[in-house]
Amino acid sequence: MTLPRYVARRLVVLVPTLFFVSLLIFSLQQLLPGDAAVALAGEEHDPVAVAAIRQKYHLDRPVPIQYAIWMGRVLRGDFGESMRNKIPVSQLLAAKLPVTVELAVCSMAIALLIGIPAGIIAAVKQGRPVAVAANVLALSGLSVPHFWLGIMLILLFAVHLGWLPASGYVSPWEDLRRNLATIALPSFVLGTGVGGIMMRHTRGAMVETLGADYVRTARAKSVRERMVVLKHALRNALIPVVTLGAIEFGRLLSGAVLTEQIFAIPGFGKMLVDGVFNRDYAVVQGVVLVSAGLYVLLNLAGDVLAFLVNPRLRGSA
Amino acid sequence: MRSTRILTAFLVLALLEAGVASAQTVLRIGLNDDPDALDPTISRAYVGRLVFAAFCDKLFDVTPDLKIVPQLATGYEWGAGGRSVVIRLRPGVKFHDGEPFNAEAVRFNIERHLSTPGSFRKSEIGEIKTVDIVNDLTVRFNLAEPLVPLIAALTDRSGMMVSPKAARELGDKFGTRPVCAGPFKFVERVAQGKIVGERFAEYWDKANIHVDRIEFVPITDSTARLANLRSGDLQMIERVSPTDLAQVRADGKLKVVGIAELGYQMLPLNLNNGPRGKVLGADPRIRQAIDLAIDRETIIKTVFNNEYLPGNQFVSPVSPFYNAKLPVKRRDVARARQLLREAGHPNLAFTLIVPPERDRQEAALVIQAMLAEAGITMTIQTQENVTMLSAGRKGDFEAYFTFWSGRPDPDGNIFAFTTCSGGQNDSKYCNQDVDAILTKARHEADPAERKKLYDQTTEIMLRDLPRLILWHRRVFTGLNGKVQGFTPHPDGIIRFKGLKLS
Amino acid sequence: MSVVPTTLAVSVARRPSALGRLLRRPSAATAVGVVGAFVVIALAAPWLAPFDPVATDFGAVRKAPSMLHRLGTDEVGRDVLARLIWGARASLLAGLIPVTMAVLVSIPLGLVSGYAGGWIDDLIMRITDAMLAIPFLIVAIALAAFLGPSLTNAMIAIGIAALPVFLRLARNTVLAVKAEEYVEAARALGGSPLRIGARAILPNMLPPLVIQSSLTVAAAIIAESSLSFLGLGQQPPAPSWGSMLNAAQRYLSQAPWMALYPGLAIFAIVLALNVLGDGLRDVLDPKHR
Repeated sequence: MTLPRYVARRLVVLVPTLFFVSLLIFSLQQLLPGDAAVALAGEEHDPVAVAAIRQKYHLDRPVPIQYAIWMGRVLRGDFGESMRNKIPVSQLLAAKLPVTVELAVCSMAIALLIGIPAGIIAAVKQGRPVAVAANVLALSGLSVPHFWLGIMLILLFAVHLGWLPASGYVSPWEDLRRNLATIALPSFVLGTGVGGIMMRHTRGAMVETLGADYVRTARAKSVRERMVVLKHALRNALIPVVTLGAIEFGRLLSGAVLTEQIFAIPGFGKMLVDGVFNRDYAVVQGVVLVSAGLYVLLNLAGDVLAFLVNPRLRGSA
Repeated sequence: MRSTRILTAFLVLALLEAGVASAQTVLRIGLNDDPDALDPTISRAYVGRLVFAAFCDKLFDVTPDLKIVPQLATGYEWGAGGRSVVIRLRPGVKFHDGEPFNAEAVRFNIERHLSTPGSFRKSEIGEIKTVDIVNDLTVRFNLAEPLVPLIAALTDRSGMMVSPKAARELGDKFGTRPVCAGPFKFVERVAQGKIVGERFAEYWDKANIHVDRIEFVPITDSTARLANLRSGDLQMIERVSPTDLAQVRADGKLKVVGIAELGYQMLPLNLNNGPRGKVLGADPRIRQAIDLAIDRETIIKTVFNNEYLPGNQFVSPVSPFYNAKLPVKRRDVARARQLLREAGHPNLAFTLIVPPERDRQEAALVIQAMLAEAGITMTIQTQENVTMLSAGRKGDFEAYFTFWSGRPDPDGNIFAFTTCSGGQNDSKYCNQDVDAILTKARHEADPAERKKLYDQTTEIMLRDLPRLILWHRRVFTGLNGKVQGFTPHPDGIIRFKGLKLS
Repeated sequence: MSVVPTTLAVSVARRPSALGRLLRRPSAATAVGVVGAFVVIALAAPWLAPFDPVATDFGAVRKAPSMLHRLGTDEVGRDVLARLIWGARASLLAGLIPVTMAVLVSIPLGLVSGYAGGWIDDLIMRITDAMLAIPFLIVAIALAAFLGPSLTNAMIAIGIAALPVFLRLARNTVLAVKAEEYVEAARALGGSPLRIGARAILPNMLPPLVIQSSLTVAAAIIAESSLSFLGLGQQPPAPSWGSMLNAAQRYLSQAPWMALYPGLAIFAIVLALNVLGDGLRDVLDPKHR
């Protein structure tokens, strides 16, 4: 199959996938105890008000009808409104998507900058101290809890040194320098975690390909070592790295809750978690749907990248 | 190069903007949570009240010692038999959209509170039947039943006045762009990010407002919130954790002030709400035994660095309505065991549902250990908050761990929890005598007489124990040293009047 | 335990057993030692722990490490060392079982998906996409509400959450290996798919899965704590490393030891598992034989 046809087919499947996701999420949400009316009332319970909220948001209707109402609106481009703060979900998504994407891109950049070189070094210099150091560093990035690293960085850079702001987010259109300053620490926290994963997979795959026949052949042909490593070995080693990269990137989009919380960055992660805890169904649906779409596209991009990077895959996808 | 020029222009603009920003005084306040809708009628979350204080003035306000003082009103008078109240309004007040504040606006607001579906105000002021406009600056509320606590309710969201024009235009979207008559005008809200307001030039009391711009920033993590105060990113933070106080006090650039809250932390016990009420509802002696086995002082020492107040009543020991004849009892394990034997449950076992929140989780561990010494097995079951609350409504609990943020009038701390058909009575405790006393207290205008009625209630409550009241927090506000003129209020809400940044 | 080395010895009779080769590498041997030590600690907790892990002491709350409490005490005066030792049980289970589950499910499904291709591949992969998009939190709260709180249910939830990554990794490796000359040759020679899968593809799938497993353990141990906090998993007062970290979060400056030791324990086990994974990869690699 040719690449364009393959991509086209995958894009067509996107629609049923999203439909399936929305159905799944909707049913799962109904399984959660309590509903938005109870969540809204909180400790201050007023049965009359709760009943009125139920009615207003159709929470008193059967689940399939609720789903149909919601779906009908989405097809008309209306994602509903947050039951908690009354802001339209589409507006919330539009406000948070750029923040989320910027944070994910910066974190991923840091992860790759740390992970790939460290992985190569660890593979090429197997057993040497530098390789051991690379390993220990990468794995500590992975096992240090985000809240701990986050707080320590705030204490160091914001409280003691005063170089960076402790919290908040400033849009790059508003002030690029402050934008980078606010995004630096959270990206670092997230990036070190993912960087560990990238490093381990790069190393593993490099070790693998460095031992493969064609690399040995290249070496025998006395191609320069650096060329062997970078051109022949790395190219093939990238497949699991690309696969994992796509998945981890997806995770960064909606899973960076703790980091967003500590640095007060209004992204998808916090929005989703608050949505779940408040049983704010429209919000959860909106975030999940958008991030599911992004996931599918990212995984598709990952597959295409793997396809392009590895010539042997061509014709088999 | 074109791009360089654009970049230069961009940087210059950024610098200019920074210059303008520094000329203004900006107060950034760290909140514990992101508020719900900014509409006084449907707002529920406590944290929203902190934000409303900036945007929406109320008919009345309370002083730190809980005296009712006028705000948008100038005074009130009760009518015959307490069935009506006349309220005089402040002249010359404008809403943020330039609309005038007058009797018509008050009527609109009260009717809005009463008729909006999902209004959380109806339970507070539902006794108001009609609003008469006496003249442009005087209204009369006609009540179905006398309700002395009404004026106290008007010091909170029920008394907040929104612009009728904006409310009509925005409909149920009002909460996304509130237009009121408070010291600050709403500018923007980034959900989970920040809420911004700027000084309202035509505020009726503008001489007392000295801050140009205000930003509320929700930071859930208390350690991170404190770090922001220390770094200067925030000038004020709410709810400093008692275990962090030492750190704040040691920092010369910071201040911290605290005051006992109006609310309380409690364990509602299931007495009669479905089959799970059988265990603890069987005999009041069982509940008395649990109460006696808990050492409140030790909880507070262990978990809260001794900064909170032990409590046993629906008002805190510093309230004028506290029944001083019935102070917190000393822990008595032997007596607890004896009571359990008398009640026929020497090996009592029950489950306490605790939400995933560190304060209550840690306190629950301490309680568990204390009860074990009295031969009571208490299982801790962690349940996410909404799961716990809906279990409470449905009666799917034996005991759970919750709190009440408190109201200035004692009625707001007890009526809905304890009367037979009270909206918050998850225990399903029902005692006609209590209903009669509490209803009488709503009609009684004389504070001394009311005190007697509440004293009587407390006596019954401490015998029947439908819920165990454990402690009252002190609300600690952390401040940057530059913040001047801050007075803590027991409701934990910031008053902006007189607040300065030096 | 004695069964494993014997069978291995029979199957590769001409060379030292895989375990033997593994243990001959100093780094891998150390790693085996560390993991083994953790397992022993977990099993022997009742004899090793200096205190009862749930016994509170309100007179000694958040006390720094001393001769009595070697690693200090926690927020209600419990001994951190005792909790660390007992917590190894829940944490090792929560770290290892879900990962094993994910590996066992992802190998056959990944093989089928990658090897068969076409609509089967599409179906499995789109379900994987959907699973990746479902927030872990919702699954966890729903499971907690319906299955009730238990460590087993927490492990199921973690396993479900970890599965899609393994599945994708397995399937993509299969795709890559399928194109290799020796697999093409085996196919041309008319080998049965099952045989090709087991002999030629499986050994190549293992290395990335082993790496991913050794990495996921850390995430799983930490995930257990957030689950127990939501009411799934280890219930208070029983200890796990994750819940110890959770409790330590608000005392980072007042009682740093509360976060330090469980953090170090997680780091140690993850490091050891990764080094062990590297060693395993080397001795199992078909090209290195």
